Amino acid sequence: MRLQLALKDALIGAVVAALLFIPLVALRTDVGSTGALTLRYRWTDAAILIGLVFLGRLALVLWTGRTGLRPSTSAGPWTLRLQRLGKLAAPAFLAFALVLPAIPGIDRYWLDLGILVLTYVMLGWGLNIVVGLAGLLDLGYVAFYAVGAYSYALLAQYFGLSFWVCLPLAGILAAFWGVLLGFPVLRLRGDYLAIVTLAFGEIIRVVLLNWVSLTGGPNGISGIPRPSFFGLPFSMSGGEGTFAGFFGLEPSSVHRVIFLYYLILALALLTNWVTIRLRRQPLGRAWEALREDEIACRALGINVTITKLTAFALGAMFGGFAGAFFATRQAFISPESFTFIESAIILAIVVLGGLGSQIGVAVAALVLIGGTEIFRDLQEWRMLVFGGAMVVIMVLRPRGLVGTRTPSIALGKRRAIDGKLVGEGHG
Amino acid sequence: MSRPILEVQGLTMRFGGLTAVSSVSFAAGAGEITALIGPNGAGKTTLFNCVTGFYRPSEGIIRLHKPGVPPTELQRLAGHRIARAGVARTFQNIRLFPGMTALENLLIAQHNTLMASTGWGIGAVLGLSGYAKAERQAVELAKRWLTATDLMDRADDPAGALPYGQQRRLEIARAMCTEPALLCLDEPAAGLNPRESDELARLLLDIRAEGTSILLIEHDMGVVMRISDRVVVLDHGVLIADGRPAEVRGDAKVIAAYLGEDEEEVTA
Repeated sequence: MRLQLALKDALIGAVVAALLFIPLVALRTDVGSTGALTLRYRWTDAAILIGLVFLGRLALVLWTGRTGLRPSTSAGPWTLRLQRLGKLAAPAFLAFALVLPAIPGIDRYWLDLGILVLTYVMLGWGLNIVVGLAGLLDLGYVAFYAVGAYSYALLAQYFGLSFWVCLPLAGILAAFWGVLLGFPVLRLRGDYLAIVTLAFGEIIRVVLLNWVSLTGGPNGISGIPRPSFFGLPFSMSGGEGTFAGFFGLEPSSVHRVIFLYYLILALALLTNWVTIRLRRQPLGRAWEALREDEIACRALGINVTITKLTAFALGAMFGGFAGAFFATRQAFISPESFTFIESAIILAIVVLGGLGSQIGVAVAALVLIGGTEIFRDLQEWRMLVFGGAMVVIMVLRPRGLVGTRTPSIALGKRRAIDGKLVGEGHG
Repeated sequence: MSRPILEVQGLTMRFGGLTAVSSVSFAAGAGEITALIGPNGAGKTTLFNCVTGFYRPSEGIIRLHKPGVPPTELQRLAGHRIARAGVARTFQNIRLFPGMTALENLLIAQHNTLMASTGWGIGAVLGLSGYAKAERQAVELAKRWLTATDLMDRADDPAGALPYGQQRRLEIARAMCTEPALLCLDEPAAGLNPRESDELARLLLDIRAEGTSILLIEHDMGVVMRISDRVVVLDHGVLIADGRPAEVRGDAKVIAAYLGEDEEEVTA
């Protein structure tokens, strides 16, 4: 009986897979030497994929006896274990991040990857304030990242200001734009809010692209000053006034990378610390209350406008910090770095991690950014693996890796709240 | 009636061509329970939404006389300022924050007092201001109302997981945590069993005894007649009776309104 059911289900799965994979995988066009398109057939690859789907469905139904996977928002067995480890997991992650540059065998490639992952962790945590806590769906978060990056680049280029002066300025300017965007869109909810923030992200990019006299347009800004170690530049000359010369070290280009690594780690931890502190205070609780029920908030005398604006401004500020860091790390920025796909990736990190969960967002950033980097060897299959993993997570855990909410205060023991009860926000 | 806490004068609310409330005037006494009753569609909830700032009335004045401060004209205030002026409300379809614990719900109700102690939110992040003390006081107030509503053992449970009756009580506790002068309840006994209704009536009498005035919409006449000091009856947006429970019960117009007897039927 079960075998019959399993065979039928696996067959249907295989037919769907065939419909998908035959045009997508089996038929491939290549550009020939003459420039003409030639059709290449890859029947074996398609057959393997269809076979995998057939066997996968067969095994799934035979093993679980169900045709579907059961989604879960509550803590599964492994999350419970993780939560028990949770008190250790976060410090362990932190300790690992702190000693990473000192681990033997960690070369420049791994440090660069670490910097990239941490940048997205920070952006994820920043967006988590807006989307995860306040429940405002922001599809244009990259705009604030761009504002921060261009703030630093332009201030350094036109006024010769140093990175350490520009970092807070970039944050403040991004927060200012956050408020500016916040005012008109506060009336909007849900889908409408998402569309307007999406448009805002595009407007910023298009302005940067077309205001050639100020931003250099598509050519971007190059020669952005690198950060200094409290006034000591990282220079290969090893002279008296440089970092290597001051500490009597052999000049090395890795010094700057290590410094950048710790800089982004510190910035990300600042974001995390502020968010954790605020969550336990009236402002953070008001954000979460807003996500749960805006009308009840109003009846309790909470100024909904101001509360939403603070969420927007604070999220934007951390995006601005990350942007300034990005500019100083790359030494070159152009509007191409701030396309919609960046916003989408950051949002995917927040959603996959679990709305409002700090550790979930960090893990999701590690998996999403680090994972795509590590699977680079898979070449054209990389995105398939990536997409498949995303689908599996969303099917099994629709509320993200950490779908539960931890109360901000408790008389007794803090017990995680099932994701089913927690609101997702309506904008 | 003693000195009024709430004075409503010539209140009219129109939605396009529909007049939901038509020049209604009444007063709710300080330290009293005033019940607002009437058949379905009489305009009770509309009137309620005007008092609590969810609608801006087309005409009329709503004046709150909070002891010790000059009277406030509520119809001029922005929605979120009504609660700060001293009016708290509950909702006909419960509106708790379901994903947050009972205690968190009660702390959000004290947002404004707590926020004032955080130094623009920045001081508390840096650990500079006297926020810890303010939070301890807020938790004490929350505990007091959790005890009063018999929810102390559910303090750390998410509000959405509580049974219906407890959710109703938690919503009242949350409204009381804003320390209002006037508590507005929209059908608090709806969906409660007789025992829970009795407990509710006792809770409301306790709240009154502590000096908070209550304005109440209710269909459960048992509760209304037992605890109200004054009953105001609306029908088709017009005030048809206003007096002690015993007086209103015997009023011919009220009986006619409740039995659905109107002029057309009489003349037909």
